[in-house]
Amino acid sequence: MILPGLLLILVYNYGPMLGLVISFQKFIPARGIAHSAWIGLDNFKYVANLPDTKEILWNTIVIALMKMVANLIVPLVMALLLNEVRKAFFKRGVQTLIYLPHFLSWIILGGILIDILSPSEGIVGAMLKSVGIEPIYFLGSNHWFRFVLVTSDVWKEFGFNTIVYLAALTGINPSLYEAAIVDGAGRWKQTWYITLPGIASIIVLLSVLSLGNVLNAGFDQVFNLYSPQVYETGDIIDTFVYRIGLQEAQYGVATAVGLFKSIVSLSFISLSYYLAYRLANYRIF
Amino acid sequence: MVEHLTPGRKAFFAFNYIFLTLVALACVLPLLHVLALSFSSSSAASAGYVKLWPVEFTLSSYKYVAEQKAFLKSIGVTLERVAIGVSVNMLLTILIAYPLSKETGVFRPRTWYAWIFVITILFNGGLIPTYMIVKYTAIMDTIWALVLPAAVPVFNVILMLNFFRNLPKELEEASFMDGAGHWTTLWRIYVPLSLPSLATVTLFATVGHWNAWFDGLIFMNTPDHYPLQSYLQTIIINQDFSAMAQADLDSLTKISDRTVKAAQIFLGSLPILLVYPFLQRFFISGIVLGSVKE
Repeated sequence: MILPGLLLILVYNYGPMLGLVISFQKFIPARGIAHSAWIGLDNFKYVANLPDTKEILWNTIVIALMKMVANLIVPLVMALLLNEVRKAFFKRGVQTLIYLPHFLSWIILGGILIDILSPSEGIVGAMLKSVGIEPIYFLGSNHWFRFVLVTSDVWKEFGFNTIVYLAALTGINPSLYEAAIVDGAGRWKQTWYITLPGIASIIVLLSVLSLGNVLNAGFDQVFNLYSPQVYETGDIIDTFVYRIGLQEAQYGVATAVGLFKSIVSLSFISLSYYLAYRLANYRIF
Repeated sequence: MVEHLTPGRKAFFAFNYIFLTLVALACVLPLLHVLALSFSSSSAASAGYVKLWPVEFTLSSYKYVAEQKAFLKSIGVTLERVAIGVSVNMLLTILIAYPLSKETGVFRPRTWYAWIFVITILFNGGLIPTYMIVKYTAIMDTIWALVLPAAVPVFNVILMLNFFRNLPKELEEASFMDGAGHWTTLWRIYVPLSLPSLATVTLFATVGHWNAWFDGLIFMNTPDHYPLQSYLQTIIINQDFSAMAQADLDSLTKISDRTVKAAQIFLGSLPILLVYPFLQRFFISGIVLGSVKE
């Protein structure tokens, strides 16, 4: 029963892992893996000495960390506020609207952002002008680019992430609140002493699991929003691999960078999985 | 429980409702703005008059888009992709999740198999080796390049197997007692009982295939074979018009580039906007079942 899926996984997921050997080769497609020259760690050394490497690594980590923090806090606050809403239809309506961006691709959202943020034609620029501020070229400015990345990523995903917190909130025993009210606790105290401790394990779990993404700054988003002007603050490992690999055809070098990323990510994921198991008793199965 | 409303509490409620309304609006207003743009005349759009309502209502952008062969072709590719891709995804998800949902006592090497699948989420060969494998297996530039590499959605498998596991054991025992084998039990008992979860997973698979663009860009050599999102990527984001025919280019000069893009953006998201409200209630329960465990 499991066989067809297994075969496909072996070919298309494990096959490429064998292909990783080309990161130790001076790979020439016409010669294939068997006949390309072995050059040891030269590809890795070459990348380590590139002037841009530090910048790219730094960008990746900074953008990923900013997104991680924002994507933990915003949904939590949203879930707490939504939890206070008594009118079911209002709650459902808000939820329906905030989940929506999650289901649209970065092509669609990128197209929208490029249009509304355009300094000459965009509506954001027009609004800034109406309050007397010069339109800002958000997507072309190294100062603003990361800000746009993080904001738009939160905009896309916060609704969806809110689901998990809301589910955790419904799991809290209501008698705890009744007891607290009898003891004279106000709304803030209830939130502080019952709600937050009640979902603490989920918060810990999600923060720990997000650690595995420390080198994932979001290829789809960055690729569709960036331009050479903002490489300085916006170029990340994945976009760099794409450029040197598929556009400049330096296959060996690109694979080496990808391998480096995979290994670092794998160690972070293993660490976070271990921590999730220890702190929140989480297991995949 | 009767709650006494203090002034502070009332103020909080008022603030909360207003704040949440604004946040919810912020999620859809940009989309509405683009929709309004797509229905506006190009002169009104470039003069910046368009906010949330079309100015000088016209369908010319849509007419233009509908006449573009490349656009229509890419929709065809996407529909084919969704049809084949989602069927393959769903079939494999069910076939893998069922055995993996068994205890190790019943299916001994279960944990081994499970790890083989999970490792693919954790570690992958990366861009170039994947590209090469697709090339070696001779599916480049065919619809299979968009279907086969993503044929096994491991995340969905995990959701499904957790759901299968929560079904009462007695059902399975009763069905074996009546002489059914694993295949019959799977299709006659498990699948019909799992329809809500299957709907969730189908939604994920459909949205995934509809939204995918990168594989189309790199595995399809001919722009004619691009699925919709890859086509939109080249036109809207990259502004690389080489995928367009000369005749299409000529007619583009007569009409505003911006309203046409707005129309394409809207059409590109339309199917999702249409199916999404109906499937919403499924995916919430589906995700909660799959992700939050006791």
